[in-house]
Amino acid sequence: MLVLMFGWEFPPVVSGGLGTACYGITKALTGLGNPVLFVMPRIELSHPFPLLTLISASDILNAASERKGPFAQDSLLPPSLLSAPLILRPYLNTRQSGGERQGPLDWPAESYLAAGEGYGVDLFAEVRRYGEAGGLIAAREAFDVIHGHDWMTVPACLAARQASGKPFILHIHSLEYDRSGEEINEGIFDLERLGMEGADKIIAVSHYTKKMIVSRYGIAPEKIFVVYNAMSHREAGETYRTRRAGDDKVVLFMGRITFQKGPDYFIDAAARVLKEMPEVTFIMAGSGDMMPRMIERVAELKIGKRVHFTGFLQGSQVEEAMVLADLYVMPSVSEPFGLAPLEAMMYDVPVIISRQSGVSEVLMHALKVDFWDVDDMANKMIAVLKYPPLAGELVERAREELKNLRWEKAAQKILEVYNSDSKSEMISRRQGRGDAGVLSIRRGVADDANEDSALILNRNKV
Amino acid sequence: MPAVCLYFQVHQPCRLKKYTAFDIGRDHDYEDREENRRLLEKVAERCYLPANALLLNLIRKYEGRFRVAFSISGVLLDQLTVHRPDVLKSFQCLGETGCVEFLNETYYHSLSFLFSKDEFRAQVGRHRRKVKELFGQDGKTFRFTELIYNNDLAREAENLGYEVILAEGAEALLGDRSPNRVYRASGNEGGFGDGAGGRNGAGDGRGDDTEKEAGTGAGRIKVLLRNYRLSDDISFRFSSRDWREYPLTAEKYAHWIHGENGAGTVINLFMDYETFGEHQWAETGIFPFLEKLPGEILKHRDFVFATPAEIARAVEPVGSIDAPELSSWADTERDLTAWQGNSLQQDAAGILYGLEEDVKACKDSDLLDSWRKLQTSDHFYYMCTKWFADGDVHKYFNPYPSPYDAYINYMNILDDLSRQVKKEKRS
Repeated sequence: MLVLMFGWEFPPVVSGGLGTACYGITKALTGLGNPVLFVMPRIELSHPFPLLTLISASDILNAASERKGPFAQDSLLPPSLLSAPLILRPYLNTRQSGGERQGPLDWPAESYLAAGEGYGVDLFAEVRRYGEAGGLIAAREAFDVIHGHDWMTVPACLAARQASGKPFILHIHSLEYDRSGEEINEGIFDLERLGMEGADKIIAVSHYTKKMIVSRYGIAPEKIFVVYNAMSHREAGETYRTRRAGDDKVVLFMGRITFQKGPDYFIDAAARVLKEMPEVTFIMAGSGDMMPRMIERVAELKIGKRVHFTGFLQGSQVEEAMVLADLYVMPSVSEPFGLAPLEAMMYDVPVIISRQSGVSEVLMHALKVDFWDVDDMANKMIAVLKYPPLAGELVERAREELKNLRWEKAAQKILEVYNSDSKSEMISRRQGRGDAGVLSIRRGVADDANEDSALILNRNKV
Repeated sequence: MPAVCLYFQVHQPCRLKKYTAFDIGRDHDYEDREENRRLLEKVAERCYLPANALLLNLIRKYEGRFRVAFSISGVLLDQLTVHRPDVLKSFQCLGETGCVEFLNETYYHSLSFLFSKDEFRAQVGRHRRKVKELFGQDGKTFRFTELIYNNDLAREAENLGYEVILAEGAEALLGDRSPNRVYRASGNEGGFGDGAGGRNGAGDGRGDDTEKEAGTGAGRIKVLLRNYRLSDDISFRFSSRDWREYPLTAEKYAHWIHGENGAGTVINLFMDYETFGEHQWAETGIFPFLEKLPGEILKHRDFVFATPAEIARAVEPVGSIDAPELSSWADTERDLTAWQGNSLQQDAAGILYGLEEDVKACKDSDLLDSWRKLQTSDHFYYMCTKWFADGDVHKYFNPYPSPYDAYINYMNILDDLSRQVKKEKRS
């Protein structure tokens, strides 16, 4: 099976889970003997592997003859997308949050696609240009199936489908509703729905996400297949933990400080914990549009001495924070999958995760809370810190659990989706339970991508 | 004359209410009264009342030829006394027929024997008195929580004056021998190097002792071993459509029983009473099955029904059971891992029993009662992480979303109790 895959990023440049997931999926698909043509807006510093061909959309467009008139695939797109340009980042709640410094987890400040070509940072325009490249690539490459990741790739996938007539599978890693709650961006929502309606099949990263696709976008459930994310197996079960001196306990939040991640619930729970255990330290690692409000909230609650904001952490800082932590909390309001808890588990840190997450469907050996139930969250935080056997049991069982979350399994399921004729849900709930996966995020730490022997086949430059 | 021994375990725990870290030191009431009441009502209507009525009819119909045994935990007897005296009355009516034996166990359905012999004896004594008070029977038969068994326990039961003890018909105890015989507990003194116990004055042996013994003093107490295949055919497999033998009829089942014919044969069918109407719903046909079963079994002239004490009196043992290790009737492992298999369970039990001395020194009956109710084995069962991911039978019986939630709740309560005890001790 030859796959034409449209993504937005690829390690080492990642803005969150998507790039890492794309890496895990392509690595496993090619490992099973399926060549992948992976199209990105622009290629920088990527290290492919056998059977993977990276294609740069911007190179294609630069090489193409001068473009005249509207984008070729604009007729496929909703009007909301073609109206006034909107400047945003695909996974950040921040709409134009000027001034704030963003690290690699966040969307790069400069445009990938159109740097220096006068398109500025209008993401919709970039998405449309990427879409145009999609049509061009599809016309000249041979492949069996089109696989696109999230809304940014929808115009490209639709154009490729029109040019080739090959089936289009849309892989949903996160939805506008996850990122923004009820205050959605209409343009993105329309594009998501357009993609879902135009796709032959949809892959959702969890049943949680599948349900949202059905209820919010009105898509028939028969068309949606659940394939859980996974993690690079090599890393699973490795122990980084070293005991710190001192008894002060540390609770860690790591992620974007945005609506979606529920930082406010974390802080309210922290205040409750501190009433019972005044010596606990809480670390909020990350940045985002809610950070100023969170700092105010901490001051209001008079717990500033015990709650530390580190800003965005990278590389070895992440590892240091993990090693320091006695507990990791992911209080997300809406998390299609949620890979960060798995990384914490790899560091032998017990985790509390929100039930409003896809990862809670695959993790049994994690404590689970409803994000709004601050009392329960605080109660569980206290329990982990106070009853050592609890952390011990969670960590020990989690090690076994992590071993079963493999990209190979995810890739096999993806191949089943490619090959399925009928629009029937092949991946039953039962199958989805134990053997699904999660992906690991690597923020600059040495990983497979950096170690693999590079086989760069950038066709545009050949 | 082959005998069929039917014994039903009747138990409902006092489930704990949701108790967070913020309740510690503020709320000393641990029970979820509403939920316990709701479940008691449910199981009374679905199981206890209809099954008791059915058994009473059967006993009358067969005029003494149909006999059964019950062990009703003290915690359930207390709940019935308060909330459902009618159900208690129906058990008493069964007792009055003279065809029903009531067994003794630990009052709180606890694991106490594993942690404190004193506490164990206190609970057994209390249960014995309660059974005598309610049913007018002085216990002859002992069964420990979840059919947990080993040599030490048999010796202890013998010292307490019991004539027979029940155990799981596990391969670990039987080897390739049949569970369908009467055995006697091995004395086992000095055999395994733990040096515990001594002879306890029980070892005058038996005249017909031809067994090869590891130790010298074989006990007098007899052991009845559960035929787990035949028992589980009813309690687990009855309504399973995947089962080769589905649907199970009384005729077919009686035919299997009759296949075990032979002198000295005793077929021990031990199961939870809640099998009837609760684990196996009425819709599965479990009641008509039970109604027809005695008649089908008694069709064969050789077969009789007998209670454990009756069997102990009438049937000579054919060998001895040596059980240095603990066994139980739970899961396929038939060991104690369902209650003490992980560090959460061991931690919780360790802390609970560590309080014994202080709790008892307080001489506060409320504190003592709270402490004892926390001993009920179900609380530990809820913390079991074994097979948690498979969503098996453990999940069905677990009121908590996960074993971790069960542990957290329990430990919070235990923390509050510890603080109360400490406070009391100081004053």
